Amino acid sequence: MKATGAYEPIFAGERRKRLDDVFTCYPTKRAALLPALWIVQQTHGWISDEAMTEVGQVLGVTAAYVKGVVTFYTMYHQHPVGRHFIQVCTTTPCNLCGAEGVVEAILEHTGCGDLGATSADGRFTVIEVECLGACGFPTAVMVDDDFIEGVTVDGVPELLGRYP
Amino acid sequence: MGYPHEPHPKETLILSKHFGDAGARSYDGWVKCGGYQALKRALAMDPADVIEIVKESGLRGRGGAGFPTGLKWSFMPKERRKPHYLCCNADESEPGTFKDREIMRWTPHALIEGCAIAQHAIQAEVCYIYIRGEFTEPIAIMQAALDEAYREGVLGGNAMGTNRRIDMYIHRGAGAYICGEETALMNSIEGRRGNPRIRPPFPAQQGVFGMPTTINNVETLVSVLPVLNEGAEWYKDLSLGNPKSTGTKLFSVCGHVRKPGNYEVTMGFPLGELVNDLCGGMRDGRTLKACIPGGSSVPILNREETEACLLDYEGCVEQGTMLGSGGVIVFDDSADMVYQIMRLARFYAHESCAQCTQCREGTAWTVRILERILRGEGEMKDLDLLLDLSEQMTGKTICVLSDSCAAPIVSGIKKFRDEFEAYITGAKQPVAALT
Repeated sequence: MKATGAYEPIFAGERRKRLDDVFTCYPTKRAALLPALWIVQQTHGWISDEAMTEVGQVLGVTAAYVKGVVTFYTMYHQHPVGRHFIQVCTTTPCNLCGAEGVVEAILEHTGCGDLGATSADGRFTVIEVECLGACGFPTAVMVDDDFIEGVTVDGVPELLGRYP
Repeated sequence: MGYPHEPHPKETLILSKHFGDAGARSYDGWVKCGGYQALKRALAMDPADVIEIVKESGLRGRGGAGFPTGLKWSFMPKERRKPHYLCCNADESEPGTFKDREIMRWTPHALIEGCAIAQHAIQAEVCYIYIRGEFTEPIAIMQAALDEAYREGVLGGNAMGTNRRIDMYIHRGAGAYICGEETALMNSIEGRRGNPRIRPPFPAQQGVFGMPTTINNVETLVSVLPVLNEGAEWYKDLSLGNPKSTGTKLFSVCGHVRKPGNYEVTMGFPLGELVNDLCGGMRDGRTLKACIPGGSSVPILNREETEACLLDYEGCVEQGTMLGSGGVIVFDDSADMVYQIMRLARFYAHESCAQCTQCREGTAWTVRILERILRGEGEMKDLDLLLDLSEQMTGKTICVLSDSCAAPIVSGIKKFRDEFEAYITGAKQPVAALT
């Protein structure tokens, strides 16, 4: 997905309208930065340098400023990721209940091999994340925007099957 | 209720009464449950009188710090010469805590009602509900409820027919624990990196967009409803004899218990009873080893302390810990305390905003030293080094993130020193995954 030809603006048509709606919620344009970055990521799956430049132009801040914010927040992808992005919580509460085993099973069944790597077929990228805030229902896993509770090692193949 | 379990007779169901009941999610459903009566009452009152009732109720912040809510509201300027703001902190990210998530999932209109009452009290037209980015389902449910509330005239330019404006917007976070710190949260709303700000100025003077601002936790705001509906005296009388900790509180219990979940009990409820009785005790016939009662940022209790601890602000302090957010993490005798403390340290190292040297370097070195011990390469003097490092990380930074990292380290070494020493002497095998 690295931009090769001419850059096509993200904030045109319906997406521009969405952003204009966002502007009405805040007294400054800068405050629309996080929502604007979410729109970029929902559109392209990640946030490229070109997109950061565009966001900066639309909001009246520099591209460097936008990059500073993008790099602060872990949910924004600065590189393309697999078709399905899997986040497994391994902080203490999930960890106590076997989260590391779940990570291992997911890495094995996706064929990703290493954390952060994308499987050869481009289907999955898997990362470990810190506390997802569902500690009573371990292991907490996010696949794309789906929040899944109570994932066990045995349940991994079925879970992955839902994401072709 | 002890969601997702059946309610336990020892619970006091006020905030969680409708957990698990999808019928309470809609505007109509919420009104049928008696919803929006508290807001109606509040809007008929002078803002100062609303603040007074909340002060009298003794309600204290449920996000972690336990600051008196009415007093916090009273710090806002009495005259509205410029815009005032309310920020609802729904960035729930403290390991062990998952109560605000259930409030938003099951009773979104309760939160809208609580926010609107607070907005009236502090004269804020706009409220931002800051929800952590991972909470996709609560965000969708809250957004649907907000849309309904606008349609029904609860919100907007003529809120509840009072000719007053009450607006509410969701601001989605993007993966940063530190944004649950109130000044970092405001920076994040403004479209900045989520670095905490130096205080003063305090938010009530100069908060989000430089305007007077109050930041309240989700559970705090929904606790205002029973205070207004039933009265301050009634609310105070719920607590078990401690006038400084009033009302009920949701406790999220996780870890090695049979029935993890959210339990609502009156302030002062015994922690031992919560864990052993309501949550069904340890799994697989194991025994209790340790407990963190208030989210990962508070000192760890050993078994005896856990059984002696009363769940209110003062009761936790008496046992050398804090009530915090009410996230109860339970460890049974199979838990490797050194490894789990290292995982907590990793959490803080990952979540440090890196502004302050003591935190940026301190959390990272804490992890490195703990990993060295777990690899079997530690020395006895590493324990003193960790304690020394923890001291340098306490009370020296803009926010309390590094203090929070130090709390489980210091209490962990003090109470489970033999487990650390076992790795150092070689009595315990190194952790293979780290070698």
